[in-house]
Amino acid sequence: MSLPLIRAKAEALKARFAASGAAPVDCAVLQPAEILLDLYGEDVRTRAFVTTDPVRGEVVLRPDFTVPVVQMHMAEGAEPARYTYAGEVFRRQEAHPERASEYFQVGYEVFDRNGAAADAEVFALFAEVLEPYGLRPVTGDIGILTAAVQGLDTSAARRAALMRHIWRPRRFRALLDRYSGRAPMPASRAALLAASDPMAGAGPMIGLRSEAEIRQRVELLRLDAEEPTLSAEQVTLIDALMRVSEACPYALERMRDIAVDMPAIAPAVEAYDARCEALAARGVDVARLAFDAGYGRSSMEYYDGFVFGFICPQRPDWPPVATGGRYDALTRQLGQGREIPAVGAVIRPGLLVELDARDGRGPEVGA
Amino acid sequence: MTIKLGVPSKGRLMEKTFDWFGARGVSLSRTGSEREYSGAVEGIEGVELVLLSAGEIPRELAAGRIHLGVTGIDLVQEKLVQWDQKVQVLAELGFGHADLIVAVPACWVDVNTLDDLDAAAAAFRARHGFRMRIATKYHRLVRAYLHAGGVADYQLVDSQGATEGTVKNLTAEAIADITSSGETLRANHLKLLAEAPVLRSQATLFRSRVAQLSEADRGVLRALCAQLGVE
Repeated sequence: MSLPLIRAKAEALKARFAASGAAPVDCAVLQPAEILLDLYGEDVRTRAFVTTDPVRGEVVLRPDFTVPVVQMHMAEGAEPARYTYAGEVFRRQEAHPERASEYFQVGYEVFDRNGAAADAEVFALFAEVLEPYGLRPVTGDIGILTAAVQGLDTSAARRAALMRHIWRPRRFRALLDRYSGRAPMPASRAALLAASDPMAGAGPMIGLRSEAEIRQRVELLRLDAEEPTLSAEQVTLIDALMRVSEACPYALERMRDIAVDMPAIAPAVEAYDARCEALAARGVDVARLAFDAGYGRSSMEYYDGFVFGFICPQRPDWPPVATGGRYDALTRQLGQGREIPAVGAVIRPGLLVELDARDGRGPEVGA
Repeated sequence: MTIKLGVPSKGRLMEKTFDWFGARGVSLSRTGSEREYSGAVEGIEGVELVLLSAGEIPRELAAGRIHLGVTGIDLVQEKLVQWDQKVQVLAELGFGHADLIVAVPACWVDVNTLDDLDAAAAAFRARHGFRMRIATKYHRLVRAYLHAGGVADYQLVDSQGATEGTVKNLTAEAIADITSSGETLRANHLKLLAEAPVLRSQATLFRSRVAQLSEADRGVLRALCAQLGVE
């Protein structure tokens, strides 16, 4: 792999995105770690290089550009806005030392209140730029799953717990099993709720978490135990929804069927339909575009709506060559009271350079 | 040409290791003064004893500077990424048993599973404005365990010793540490979660997959393994 070739490819892609109306931006390699740790917790340390600056405290080698670009836009940007950037990002690869821990990303981010049109704009632009490479696109929509959870006939606390773990499929499944009675209550909890004074055997109070906090949670557990079980029908519907994996028009049909029994997802399904139409209007062959309701659920924590990836079918060992999606919630968390719908995506120019070499193609960026 | 065998340089772990080898006809001993870290091997030719801190043995094995080493599987898994590609387990030695566990204050009557810990952590963060602190020196293993268990709103704080005291001292809300009997936990008003431990550890004899071996070295290694009855 040749670094000059990758740089040239990155610059060409950035120029292509700038020609589509995006303002080129850059950001520092060293970013404050606190924001990422707040958003994504301790797991950040397994995925990014966290180090210490004597003055600024914990800093991180940027694992992507999205967070700094959102911050920059929220601080000084005007709406609507489009940005592009190119540069190296850094990822720890504890489980996969064979994968690159340092590679180039070129991105395109759109801050625009017209959701369906912006989704289609980003996807169509990437589809066009990537057209020569024979990649397989796949799409998903985290928003449909969150709408299904929000519409479940159960307590707000249970819905909140499911929402919190929507990006952790195994944990999500365990919660559903418990709420629906498929998994029994743990023995320790049954004993706690049966006790007349739960604090009887507690021993001395130590630590910052106070007795009031402990009693408060015991009370919540009592309320939760009185909650009726989630109906098997609703669990079946959620399962059916998560299994939808077809070409977009059939997926739409399937999800409309499910929405008959689960009206809470109807607005999200219609938004999906509007996006499909916007994609078709941009010339995307929607009839053959793959939709997988579970796509992005375990690896794309930023995203809370439309998600997509471009996969190299000949290289199952590769990560996707390009990924993107909608991240409205991130702008809300970083916006200190303000928010703006946002969608964006990144390409790995290093992988494109390898594909150029494989196919004997020149370095220029198409279209 | 010698095979280098790394053994913990002090305490019960060293004595029990010496006993284990002695019972198999390989006599290990310290030489020189009490304070000098050098040793002797009798009963087999071509093996050199290297006395090291148990915590350094994983790194020395992975670097190929020693061919064999005795240390805990906990230290190997914590310190070596893809440990099984760097060292091979030759024998579990049957002593130095210890579990790496997560413990919370015994007064947390509402927390017994990882589910509970996660829910308590989320409420703690909302109430106190920072993520629940778990004190440990086993950062990688504990992070992987909590990740698999779906625990999200926590932070690890480093504690290289007296970890059980951190909760009382208000520098952590929970701990993850090695325990053998649980007595220290009880004495510090902590309790185990009702979950499988992060790791069950014991003293283990490892072979470096990285260390260079001449033909003569291979012969010595085969002879030693035959005498120890391993592999």
